Amino acid sequence: MSIRHGLLALLDQGPRYGYQLRTEFEARTGATWPLNVGQVYTTLSRLERDGLVEPAGEDEEGHQFYAVTASGRAELRAWFDTPVPRTNPPRDELAIKLAMAVTVPGVDVTTVVQGQRRHSIKALQDYTRLKGRALAGEPRPGVASSASHDLAWLLVLDQLIFQTEAEIRWLDHCETRLAQHAEAEQARAAEAARDGGATGAPPARRRLRA
Amino acid sequence: MSHTQPARQTPVLHLENVTRVHGQGAAQVQALRGIDLKVHPGEFVAVMGPSGSGKSTLLTLAGGLDTPTDGQVLVEGVALGGLTRKRLAQVRRRSVGYVFQDYNLIPALTAGENISLPRELDGLSARAARREALAALEELGIPELADRFPDDMSGGQQQRVAIARALIGDRRLVLADEPTGALDSTTGEAVLAVLRARCDAGAAAMMVTHEARHAAWADRVVFLRDGRMVDESVSQDAASLLVTAATNSVKVDE
Ligand SMILES: Nc1ncnc2c1ncn2[C@@H]1O[C@H](COP(=O)(O)OP(=O)(O)OP(=O)(O)O)[C@@H](O)[C@H]1O
Ligand SMILES: [Mg+2]
Repeated sequence: MSIRHGLLALLDQGPRYGYQLRTEFEARTGATWPLNVGQVYTTLSRLERDGLVEPAGEDEEGHQFYAVTASGRAELRAWFDTPVPRTNPPRDELAIKLAMAVTVPGVDVTTVVQGQRRHSIKALQDYTRLKGRALAGEPRPGVASSASHDLAWLLVLDQLIFQTEAEIRWLDHCETRLAQHAEAEQARAAEAARDGGATGAPPARRRLRA
Repeated sequence: MSHTQPARQTPVLHLENVTRVHGQGAAQVQALRGIDLKVHPGEFVAVMGPSGSGKSTLLTLAGGLDTPTDGQVLVEGVALGGLTRKRLAQVRRRSVGYVFQDYNLIPALTAGENISLPRELDGLSARAARREALAALEELGIPELADRFPDDMSGGQQQRVAIARALIGDRRLVLADEPTGALDSTTGEAVLAVLRARCDAGAAAMMVTHEARHAAWADRVVFLRDGRMVDESVSQDAASLLVTAATNSVKVDE
C-alpha cells in the first residue's frame, strides 16, 4: 500500500510533522488502514533518503516538520497520472484456499464457500451501515469533519463495498460451479456403472442439464 | 385479536413451512419447499439466489398474490389463507406495499395517480392522497414526475414511482422484487437508504436482489437454491474490524 504517496500528498499541502500526518491520513481513509506513528517515521526517513522530502524545522514543542521537495512533487504527480498496475494481481488468500480445498480430499468446499460468504456479507453489511451514516451526514467520532474529508471517506467505503461485493459474487459463482461439477461427476459415475466397465466402451459423454 | 396493535413479538410476516408446487405431473415444478421465515417489525430481509430458485414465488406468497400448496402465510398475525377475497384485498392495500419486478404501473394514470390510488380506494380524500403521493415522490428524489404518464418515463423512473407507490400510507410490510434492477448504483443506493429508513422507523421489508451490495442494506440475507433456504447471514452489531479500528483510533481522545 502506498503510504509513501499518501504522505507526499499530505505534505504537498504544506509542511507537517509525523503525528499530524498520521491523523490526517486516517481522517481521509476513516481509519480503514490504521497507521502507527512508527510507520510514518520510517516512511518519512525513506522519503528523505530518496530526496522526496526534507526537514523543515521544528516548532516550540519540538515537532520535526517535513516539506515536500521538487522531486517529491514530481513523484506525486506521476503517481496520480499513472494507473495502479493490475498486471501482478495481489496474492489472494481466499483464492489460494479454494484452489487448495478442491484438490485436498475430505474438505467440503461448499461449506468453505458458504462460511466465507456469510463472513463477507457481514463485512459488507458493516461497511454499508457506515456508509448509511456517512450519507446521512452523521459526524464520525473523533474525526474533525470537512466536506472533502467526508467525500474521501465515502470513496474509501465505496471501494471496500464494491470489492467485497465482487468477492461475494465470485463465491456465488463458485457455489454454482461446484454444484454443476458434482452433478456431472454423479452422471459420469452412473453411466460408468451402467456400462458395467466394459472395455473399449466410448468415453461417457457429458449431458447438458435440462 | 387486535389487528391495529400487534404484540411486539408478532412478526409482521410469518411463513410457516411454505411449499409451492407449480403445474402438474411431469411438468411439476417445486418452486418452494418447506420455507420457514419470520420478519419482525424494524427488520429488513434480503433474498438472494440463482435465477429460478423461487425468490419471486416467495415474495408473491408473502404478499398474498399467490397461495401456498402447503403451509401458511401470516401477515401481522393474520393467516391470509383464511381471509375472504375482500379482506385479503384490504390487507394487501393497507398493510402490504409491493414493488413488482416489472413495476406494474397503470399506463392510463399519471405517476401521482398511480401512487395515490390505493389510498383513495381506502377512503382518503383525493387531495390528501395527492399530498401523500407528492411526499413519496419527493422522498425518492423525483417530485417532477408527478404528472407524467408511465410511457413517458425511463425504466428507472418508473421503478422509483413503483417504489413510491409501495411506500405510501404507512404500510407495515414492504415487499420488493429487485427494486433497484433498473437503477444506476447511486440512485439504487438512495432507494435502499429510503427502504432502510422505513425499517428503522418500524416497518418490515423483504427484498429480492441479485446484488450483494444492495442486500447488505438488510439486517438478514437469506439464500435460496431450488426452492430451499440453504444459507442465512445475520448482521452482527457493529463488530467489524473496521468499526473496531475506528473506535480504537479515537480512544486516545476520550
Ligand atoms: N406460474 C408458474 N407456472 C409454472 N412454473 C412457475 C410459475 N412461476 C414460477 N415457476 C417456476 O418456479 C420456479 C421459481 O420461479 P421464480 O420466479 O420464483 O424464480 P426467481 O428466483 O424469482 O428467478 P429470477 O431470478 O429469474 O427472477 C422456476 O422454476 C419457475 O419456472
Ligand atoms: Mg424473480
